[in-house]
Amino acid sequence: MTATESGPDLEAFRAQTRAWLEGNCPPSMRGQDADEKQLCWGGRHWKFASEAQRIWLERMAQRGWTVPEWPREYGGGGLSAEQATILREELQRLSCRNPLASFGISMLGPALLKYGNEAQKREHLPRIARGEIRWCQGYSEPGAGSDLASLKTRAEDRGDHYLVNGQKVWTSYADEADWIFCLVRTDAAATKHKGISFLLFDMASPGVSTRPIRLISGKSPFCQTFFDNVRVPKANLVGTLNEGWDIAKYLLTHEREMIGGMDLFAGGHGSLCAIAAREVGLAHGRLVDDALRTDLARYEIDSLAFALTMERIREQSVGGQGTGALSSLLKYYGTELNKRRQELAMSIHGSRALVWEGERIEAGKAGEHARQWLRSRGNSIEGGTSEIQLNIIARHILRLP
Amino acid sequence: MRFVLTEEQQLFSDSARRFLQARAPVAALRKLRDAHDPDGFDRGLWSELAGMGWPGLLIPEEHGGVGFGHAGAGLIAEETGRTLTASPLLSTAVLGVAALVQGASERRRAELLPAIAAGELLMALAVDERPRHAPHEIATRALATATGFRLTGQKTFVLDGHVAEWLIVAARVVAGGRADGGHADGRHADGGHADTIGLFLVNRRAPGLSIERTVLVDSRLAADLRLHDVEVSRADLLDAAGAGGELLDSILDAGRAVLAAELVGIASESLDRTLDYLRQREQFGRKVGEFQALQHRAAHLYCEIELARSATNAALRALDARGTDTALLVSVAKAKAGDAARLATNEALQMHGGIGMTDEFEIGFFMKRARVAAETFGDSGFHGDRLARLYGF
Repeated sequence: MTATESGPDLEAFRAQTRAWLEGNCPPSMRGQDADEKQLCWGGRHWKFASEAQRIWLERMAQRGWTVPEWPREYGGGGLSAEQATILREELQRLSCRNPLASFGISMLGPALLKYGNEAQKREHLPRIARGEIRWCQGYSEPGAGSDLASLKTRAEDRGDHYLVNGQKVWTSYADEADWIFCLVRTDAAATKHKGISFLLFDMASPGVSTRPIRLISGKSPFCQTFFDNVRVPKANLVGTLNEGWDIAKYLLTHEREMIGGMDLFAGGHGSLCAIAAREVGLAHGRLVDDALRTDLARYEIDSLAFALTMERIREQSVGGQGTGALSSLLKYYGTELNKRRQELAMSIHGSRALVWEGERIEAGKAGEHARQWLRSRGNSIEGGTSEIQLNIIARHILRLP
Repeated sequence: MRFVLTEEQQLFSDSARRFLQARAPVAALRKLRDAHDPDGFDRGLWSELAGMGWPGLLIPEEHGGVGFGHAGAGLIAEETGRTLTASPLLSTAVLGVAALVQGASERRRAELLPAIAAGELLMALAVDERPRHAPHEIATRALATATGFRLTGQKTFVLDGHVAEWLIVAARVVAGGRADGGHADGRHADGGHADTIGLFLVNRRAPGLSIERTVLVDSRLAADLRLHDVEVSRADLLDAAGAGGELLDSILDAGRAVLAAELVGIASESLDRTLDYLRQREQFGRKVGEFQALQHRAAHLYCEIELARSATNAALRALDARGTDTALLVSVAKAKAGDAARLATNEALQMHGGIGMTDEFEIGFFMKRARVAAETFGDSGFHGDRLARLYGF
């Protein structure tokens, strides 16, 4: 893709950024195959995979570049949208790995910046930016999936604290997270959207327990999370009591954007085509399987058009204000696209992709394609199903009754 | 920033929309059709558009144009997609100008470009010979002679070929009388023998050229050409440097990107009209727009149109910036926009129900134009194949 157009100031910024990254990104933190196992999540109990991983996080955090567009006083880089785009492009150019994967960055941070009070911002945002506290999201419940607002986990007012009881499900990394941002019911009498509040609390609090969930793809980061008389200080309420649904919705737009863009462009545009050429074979420069060739070309067209749409929506969302209902477009289209990609990958690798275990296969590699394919089935469910996204588009963008 | 419109572009787009909706709405196309207008467009309108500088959008200022670039042409094309305004914008202001600017001699440029900018001269590109677009599978021959070339062959689907003063004809250059219809080697990324294709400026009155007018399903007009020993001077071989195939690709890409913008306009207008209908029409005691079956289809269509819009904007900007990935982006845009417009018009018709099938209603006009514009210079199958070649599979 063409590089961002820019004036002389931005060109200087690009040059400085490039020089700094070349000098400061450890060589082992560059390269394409950053799969989930190589991510750095940070947190109290994090064990760095290497010294390079630790240094890379430390250096980026010091510049505020784990969260380039957040204000400097909260640990951010204070960059403009244009500068942040340049930073992204330069990181991509050197194939630098993401220094810090974090739900604090992608979900809670934007919500705290908008709804948190000053004390909450000062307490939590810098720790997120430095990767010191790892967060998980307490949203879905066994009885509240697509109809999230029907959630039942309750927080009772006990004078100086809230007493939380209930159960969450699909809590990613609940068993490894330090803190949780959690939707709780604080007014059982109100209509379902009006009695919800947004609480933050420490996962080490007495009464919190977790249990991992095994998926069709095998081991997963998802957990069931149980709250049994958990005491939460009142200062940990974000925003106004009983008005947590607005925060929840705002935060969901950030989650959707994140899920929509996940995995899709790993390896760059056309990488699946190169794999197909190698695995399936060419005759006179053409893939030998015509139907697969057509499907792949259609996928690449949609994938490129989707990448350009992400770029366009990002440009239009001024100064990191979020993308509103357009995040539903990204979530819907991006996840459906990823499901197509995984189907294509399975077809490309044929029966070899179907091997789940094998004596001669390197540990951890067996069933890799099949696991990714199976795991991707959940993409159009988690973070709001495709059908919910289409509802949002129909109502909020198309203004249908 | 390559997607957000500048203030100047926004004003330009708004004024184009206001003008076209007042002066050349769908009703105007219906009138031309019903009157069996021999031109298929309103020459008075073209003069007015010339007064606004539209034919000169891609013409450099020194030749009387306004140099607003492909991005500017795309803004207008999107609006003409919304109103289905018939005009020689594509054939003359985009394809004709691209050919002259990139390939013609200085003498021809000085002679023809100002006349185009003034709205006095029309052009047409003659490439296709078969029902499916295959721009490098060309059988029309250009035999080298002492003074130039002698062209023999036939062309079809020549948009505005019935009114063009000058035709740009793609032909296979044959040296010393040797016929070359082979398919053996030297294959180009677009599937042909690019190195041997030449583009020739042929005047409509040239002896040996016959032009047969055809009326297309969308009420626009085109022509079939027959060339029999048509003499062309050496100076009227465009881009004598011998890269005729690349020049043809470049001209076609300008046309494809602008067509993509028109298709985005067609798709957006079809969706907007359908949404209005879904909000008003009642059945079973409810607005039909309350039914989730229709909501989800409309929402999916909206996503497809937005992807087409992003790809089209990127392609237009790549043409202006002469980016190295222009061909790829143009193919993505043309494929996406063609499919989005066909989906949009089919969904629009279905969601309007019976009234959508009537000639009195306008949705049918959009469906017909979408079909033609999607087919023109390659549909999504053609451009998928082109992308596969560009990606090396």
